[in-house]
Formats: sequence, structure tokens, C-alpha cells
Amino acid sequence: MQKIGVFVCHCGTNIAGTVDVKAVAEALSHEPGVVFAADYPYMCSESGQNLIKDAIREHGLTGVVICSCSPRMHETTFRKAAASAGLNSYMVEIANIREQCSWIHKDMKTATEKAVILGRAAIAKVALNTPLTASETPVTKRALVIGGGIAGIQTALDIADAGFEVDIVEKEPTIGGKMAQIDKTFPTLDCAACILTPKMVDCAQNEKIHIYAYSEVESVKGFVGNFTVGIKKKARYVDETKCTGCGLCTEKCPMKKTPNLFNLGLDTRSAIYIPFAQAVPKVATIDADYCNMLKNGRCGVCSKVCTAGAIDYHQQDEHIEEKYGAIVVATGFNPIKLDNFDEYAYAQSPDVVTSLELERLMNAAGPNGGTLLRPSDKTHPHTIVFVQCVGSRDTSGCGKPYCSKICCMYTAKHAMLIRDKYPDTEVYVFYIDVRTPGKNFDEFYRRAVEEYGVHYIKGMVGKVMPQKNGKLLVRASDLLAGEQLKIEADMVVLAAAIEPDKTARSLATMLTASMDTNDFFTEAHPKLRPVESPTAGIFLSGVCQGPKDIPETVAQASAAAAKVIGLLVKDKLKSNPCIAHANETLCNGCSSCERVCPYGAITYVDKEFRMPDRTTKIRRVASVNAAVCQGCGACTVACPSGAMDLSGFSNQQIMAEVDAICR
Amino acid sequence: MPISEFKPKIVAFCCNWCSYAGADLAGTNRLNYPADVKIIRVPCSCRVNPIFILRAFQRGADGVILCGCHPGDCHYTTGNYYTRRRMTLLFSMLDYLGIEKERTRVEWVSAAEGAKFAAVMQDFVKTVTELGENKRLEDRRCKKP
Repeated sequence: MQKIGVFVCHCGTNIAGTVDVKAVAEALSHEPGVVFAADYPYMCSESGQNLIKDAIREHGLTGVVICSCSPRMHETTFRKAAASAGLNSYMVEIANIREQCSWIHKDMKTATEKAVILGRAAIAKVALNTPLTASETPVTKRALVIGGGIAGIQTALDIADAGFEVDIVEKEPTIGGKMAQIDKTFPTLDCAACILTPKMVDCAQNEKIHIYAYSEVESVKGFVGNFTVGIKKKARYVDETKCTGCGLCTEKCPMKKTPNLFNLGLDTRSAIYIPFAQAVPKVATIDADYCNMLKNGRCGVCSKVCTAGAIDYHQQDEHIEEKYGAIVVATGFNPIKLDNFDEYAYAQSPDVVTSLELERLMNAAGPNGGTLLRPSDKTHPHTIVFVQCVGSRDTSGCGKPYCSKICCMYTAKHAMLIRDKYPDTEVYVFYIDVRTPGKNFDEFYRRAVEEYGVHYIKGMVGKVMPQKNGKLLVRASDLLAGEQLKIEADMVVLAAAIEPDKTARSLATMLTASMDTNDFFTEAHPKLRPVESPTAGIFLSGVCQGPKDIPETVAQASAAAAKVIGLLVKDKLKSNPCIAHANETLCNGCSSCERVCPYGAITYVDKEFRMPDRTTKIRRVASVNAAVCQGCGACTVACPSGAMDLSGFSNQQIMAEVDAICR
Repeated sequence: MPISEFKPKIVAFCCNWCSYAGADLAGTNRLNYPADVKIIRVPCSCRVNPIFILRAFQRGADGVILCGCHPGDCHYTTGNYYTRRRMTLLFSMLDYLGIEKERTRVEWVSAAEGAKFAAVMQDFVKTVTELGENKRLEDRRCKKP
């Protein structure tokens, strides 16, 4: 005999404002099996939970239905409450009458009717629930960080500090990411390299951290606590264990015309290269697209000069498989391609640069040794125009609909640095809005305007036209003065929008972590679980989750590390008991379920059955590996004999819900 | 029954990871869609057995919609591909039986697409309302007098 208790939450006025909660409790109290029905202002509060616990004990409830917010919010809360009162925690069902009822409907009558129907469906389901027990799986005490920028570095350092092994997989030959390319950082004007490179060295020296540089993640299998990750170590053609990073090969290499990607192609380097002086690991890499030896089999200078004998032209990609308990995604960002923005003449003139290119042009390790010169004729620019929001906050489809968040601040930084170093240079900044929320950010921007005399003009640049005399004619509007402006500039700097790295999409598919429409990783909850992906065991760090500056990135990186540590200190994890199981008497061993299972959780065993005529017969039947099954239910539909079913979402339960809704 | 009074019964199966979260987001953003839609949570869209849909029509549902993660984004890697194939077959068979194709639908709604969820539901309810009651598969013996 079922004894079901129904608890209707007011959620303050969130539910009670549009749903007549008392009427819902009253209507549901007449449902078959219901012995107790009550409403309460906040079911999730301590006293609300006590109401549930007391009712379970007093009425000996066998099932509990809670009409409240989404099960994604408080399912665990109520399951725990039920368990503490001695009821199996999987005997709790939630009718979502907030997100899917009270918040979307305005009319009390319809909302109340719908809430009753949703409650009925939950009652019909809970009547068929069976007690389930979670099994336990061991945790691999090792974490993987994908991406070796400041986000990945900070996460790895924090996890290693707690005593756990961490591997960093970085697709470039060195860790450091975008921050290594930046000259100075706002709002303190610290030298980026000076604060980043010690952290990179810490990573290299920390015995708990292993860096897979010039490597990519190829495959991800498994689940929280037990991931198996395939890593491809791309061929560098240099033996990492032998190379000392002396750099002799890079001096002697005859292929000096290779574009220097670290300087964003603003200058050239040799085909064998070390990206920058402080690279970690400091190991040379051969660019196979430009190396004469690898392309044509002629040259071999580097192997002749290398005293360590590290050059290996026959090196192959290496495939490694490692086991991890948690994975942190820190894949970062790139500035967008500016192909859609012809009006700024980025493709026509080398003097139109992106802000990241300007960072390199101003950097002491950059192409001009830190002196700001025009890329075209290497002369000193006297008028520089900055254009904000190039592709950011752009709903036309050419750019990105979101705010890239960092551009206002780095442009203020650039303008300030230029005015500080070259007071004879006029700097104009065209903006839609100047957004400076952050500690000391607005003060920083005001300094640029007030102390350094940067001309901030509200309005957009319409067109940039390269002139015969080498100058750039900028046509723009000044919205506040209401006039059209023509400025003859020596350089134009475009604050290009930032977008998630291109590798993020394929990685998300491998990790089964969800993304939003802009390819940023989605967090488990936008406010309360900002560093976790909805997929258990996957954590997010840095710009892969949304645009952010360095302080925010570091904060998120440490937060992600804290979450990873919280996972790795556990010896065992409770696994989801809502998994498939086969009814052996119905199973005919056809293998349909085995073929659709994405996890390979189904195997076949020979089992002895007693037949009605008292003989025994050996039959082949499906058997589900509880540790591997994730509970998707694909097999339950594929099964032609109806032997496969899913605990917690059984055929009977779902059909009972359908019936209750259609009644 | 005149169209203005007709309130269709719509069953929506939503996968736990994308569409159910998308529906929650629609709620969080207070995006209105008709109350005729009742959502059933399933772990994955591939959990939806064709029998559930037949059962819904038998019990008097006027429309059934299935929502899952976008192809390629399935939490279980391949679940929604099965859904896509199975439902293509089922819906054409239902169409043959007289359950118009417009009464059944598969939509991909991610956890970030609350607005899409609301828009899809509005559109689906409108389409089903225009088609009127489903009488083809309804089993009158299941109806309470």
C-alpha cells in the first residue's frame, strides 16, 4: 500500500504569487495513494525540511512529492532530507511548478490547473519508484588541465599545492598563453612577463606538475573520477629530454623567413625556433611547414650544430593514454578574424593593427625592441586612432553579440602608455560606451583622460582610408558634438572582439560539456556554480567560460582548483544509481542494446535457467556493468523484447506520467 | 468545439541536460509560453520509447514534442542521433495512420536557449491548436466518464 506525502512550496511569492498553493495541496490530497498533503512558505528551509521529515516518520510515507522549483535546484536537498528521515532518497520526486509553471504563466487559474497536473504526474511516478542505492567508484587522484595560459597555470599550481598530480596539455610549444604576448597589464601597469614567467617556472619545477607542451587532447572516455584521456604529443622533431634550449640551432638555421607567430606575424624567425626567451619548456621546435630538411630532405644544419644531439627529423606524433579524476578546461580565447570589417582597412594597410598586435609592437621582446614604430615604414607615429567594439556588441551578424569586457581597459592602458612614452603623439579613442567596472578600473580610465590627455570621442568610426602619402584617413562621427570628423592618422588600432579558441568546440564534444551559442562553455549554474560544467568532473577556468580579464581569470582558476581538490580528496564517489538493468527472463540475447550503448557497458553472459519442464537451459543474456553505465536509456528503446529498463525512469513510470498528464 | 475554446494537451519530453535546463531558463527569464505544455523529464531524448508517444496519443494528447541537445552536443555523446532516426520513422508511420506530422516534432534546445524553448513551444501549441483535437488514436475507453 502506497503512502505518499505531497508538499507544496510557496517559494515566498515566487510560486504562491501565481499558483493557488492551498488549492494545489487540496486537489492533490485526493489522488490515489496520497495520505498527507501540506503547503509551506519555504520547503527548502530547515523548518520546511523538518516538516517533510516529520511527515515521513509520522505517517510512514513510502513516497514523497515536492511541488517546488526545478529538480536541478533542490532535488539533492530534498533527497537528503528524505534519507535522514529513513526514506530511500530515490523515493522523492519533484514537480517543477516554479520554472515551468508559476514563472511563465500570469493567470492564476491556468497556472493552478497546470500545477495540479504536474503534481499528479509526479505522484503517478513516485508510486512506481523503487528504492535505489548508489554504488561507489574509486577516484583517480590526478587532474588534467587543458590549456597552459594563465588560467591553466594558476589552476595547476593550486592543485599541485594541495598535493595532487596535475598534467597540463598545451597545444603550443610553450605554456604562457595570451598573457605571455601582452606587454603591460591594467590597472597597475605591471609588466606581464615579469608576473607571468615566475609562475611558468614554478610549473616547470613543481614535481607534481607535468607539462605536455605541443600536445592536444584526442579522446576522452569515462566519467567523473575515472576519465581516460588520449593525448597526442605532436612531433617537435627535437628530443625534449636532450634539448638544453641553448638556441644555437635557431641562430644557424638558414630559413629565416618564417613568420613569427608569437609576434603575430609582424616579423620573422627561423624554421627551428623557441617561441620566446622565457618559454617553458625551453625546448626548440621545428616548424615542419618551413624546414628545408623536412620538406625537401636538404639542409640538416641544426642537427650539425646541436651539441646535445637533440634533433630528430624522424620523430613521430606520440599517442599517450592517461587516467584522471577531474578535468579542467582552460582553452582561452583568440581575437576574431577581421575579414568582415573591410571598412577599417585591416587587410589593406599594415598600419591598421589589432590591439594584440600593438602589444607586440610595444613589447621590448617584440619586433621593434619596444619602440613603437609604424609597421609599414618603421617611422614614429604621431597620431593614433583607437577604435573600440570592433566586432563586440555587434548584432548585425558580422561580429559577436557580447561585450568582450577587456577592450575598454586595455585601450585606456595603450593610450596611457603611448602618451607617457611619446608625449608628442595624439591619441584618439572612439567608443560606444566606456565600461570600467572593477577595482581601480575607473580611476585608471580617468587618469588616461585627465592626466594623459587622451581624446575620448563617443561615436563610431565609419571608414578608414589608406592615403597615397602613407597616412590613414579616418572618418568618424562625434555623437556628443553632433559632427562628422576626419582625422589623418598614422596608425589605427582595432579593439577586436575576443572569441573562444577554435579547439574548444571539438573538445566540448569529447567532454560532453555543453556550450552556449557563442561557443563559450556553459557553467552548471550562472551564479552558484560558476566554475563547474554541468557534466560532473569537468571544471572551467578562464575565458573559455566567458570574457574576463586577468584578475578574474586567476580568481576563477583558483576557484576551479578548489573544486578539483574537493573532488580528488574523496576516495570514493557515489555513482548515479539510475542506470539500465536487464530482465533476464525476457532478454533473448539479441545484442541490440549492446550495439547502441555509447559506453560499452553491456556485455553478454551465459546463464542457466530452469525451464517449466524442470530441465535447465543455458541462455545468453545481457548484463549491465553498473560502474560504466551512465543511464542514458538508449538501450531501453533498442530492446525489442522490453527486457531493458532504466531505474528511476522506467517505462512504467514515464507512461504513468503520460497518463496523468493526458487524464 | 470552436478553436478559441480549444486547449490542446501537449506532452513535451525534455532531456535532463539541455532542454529541461533550457525550459528552466525560459522560466527564470519569465518567458511566457502556453500552459498547455506539460514537460516530462527524461535523462536523454533517446530514452523516449515510441510506445510513450503512442500512449500519449492513445490517452488523448493532441501533440507530442521531443526536445534534446543539439546534434553533436549530447551529454551521452550519441543519444540524440538515435532519437533523430527513431522519430523520423515513427512520425512518418504516425502520419500514415492519420496523426498529422505537425502534431509531432523533434527540436534541439540547448541549456542556454531559454528563448528558443519558449518560441518553439508557442509555435508548436499554435500549430496543434489549428489542427484541433486528436481523435485518430484516442482510446475512448481510457476516458473517465
